[in-house]
Amino acid sequence: MSIEVKNITKHYGKTCALNNVSLTFADNKIYGLLGRNGAGKSTLLNIISNRIFADSGTISIDGMPALENDAAIGRLYAMGEKTYYPESMRIKEVFKWTKLFYPQFDDAFARSLAEQFGLKLNKKIKSLSTGYLTIFKLVVALSVNTPYILLDEPVLGLDANNRDLFYRILLEKYSNNPFTIIISTHLIEEVANLIEDVVIIKEGQIICSEAREQLLANSYSVAGSAIAVDAYTAGKKLLGCEMLTGLKTAYIMGQPDCVTAGELEFAKIDLQKLFIQLTNA
Amino acid sequence: MQINTNSEKPIFLQIAEGLEDAILSGAFTEESQIPSITEISVNYKINPATALKGINMLADAGIVYKKRGLGMFVTTGAVEKLKDKRKQLFYQNFIEGLIAEAKRLQISKSEIQAMIEGGFEE
Repeated sequence: MSIEVKNITKHYGKTCALNNVSLTFADNKIYGLLGRNGAGKSTLLNIISNRIFADSGTISIDGMPALENDAAIGRLYAMGEKTYYPESMRIKEVFKWTKLFYPQFDDAFARSLAEQFGLKLNKKIKSLSTGYLTIFKLVVALSVNTPYILLDEPVLGLDANNRDLFYRILLEKYSNNPFTIIISTHLIEEVANLIEDVVIIKEGQIICSEAREQLLANSYSVAGSAIAVDAYTAGKKLLGCEMLTGLKTAYIMGQPDCVTAGELEFAKIDLQKLFIQLTNA
Repeated sequence: MQINTNSEKPIFLQIAEGLEDAILSGAFTEESQIPSITEISVNYKINPATALKGINMLADAGIVYKKRGLGMFVTTGAVEKLKDKRKQLFYQNFIEGLIAEAKRLQISKSEIQAMIEGGFEE
């Protein structure tokens, strides 16, 4: 059971948004889909969910081709930046209609989430603020109970309290009954410990797709005098460095040499720092 | 129990050690229940697999055990076991660092001995 992305290419005019992308999203895992602005994250999620179409390549969901296939597409729910509901529809009506399209939609759970977030069911979609529009979409996404949930910028416009509440609800639901969650976000620090696998997309290509723990275990930083650091990094796979009058910090892929400690200081790199180093121009 | 995400120490290890500390301090007594994977995961906003890894470390060491359908409980004798383990790690966790720093600062052995004696008298 998985979502298989095979050789997907997508152009917008002359701009190549996705360049021969292949990867697998396995079941019951939390994925972090990370990339800089314009890297192709939303394009990928929109192609997986059949909202836009690739120039070439295929998507299959649990072995079924996803293209124009209700049975396959019904296994996932994609929450994105666009709102696809009629603007004058009230939230409680959305719940009713969603149940028709997603039979596993849990109306009682949706109502309890709405209450926790302070989302009023009588409101019309067009009257919601940015934050509440996101909350409304999250409430639906967390209640449809499809095996795959795609969340594109799930915390856009949410205050710190509501972000905290969202992560808690997500983890509680996932922990009690695992499903696949693909989270695309720029707030890397907030999801760093939540996700199991990391997918990094840069200029339309996947540059990394592996377990977060493994990725982090295979990188480190070394700091010290510029001369000592330069001597140490010679011949190593250098990601980047920072200078502070004579003091240098270098970010390196691989495992640190156990020798030459003394004046050099070794540390691990957190996901956000590593992301910045990997995706810098 | 505090989790420091910037620490060099992996989070699953921090979970395991945090629970050990709580057992040593008596916050979780022997035969009492410890938090579930879901509770730990939600509370610290970490992947449940990470929480599971931490709890499994304690289960493998015989510090906690599973009651089917109920959850994880502290084993009888866990406190003694943890004290033994921590005593064995005491030299490496505290004494080695103390001596290294003393050497950097050129503090003599007798000065340290005096400090330790003073510390115990307080």
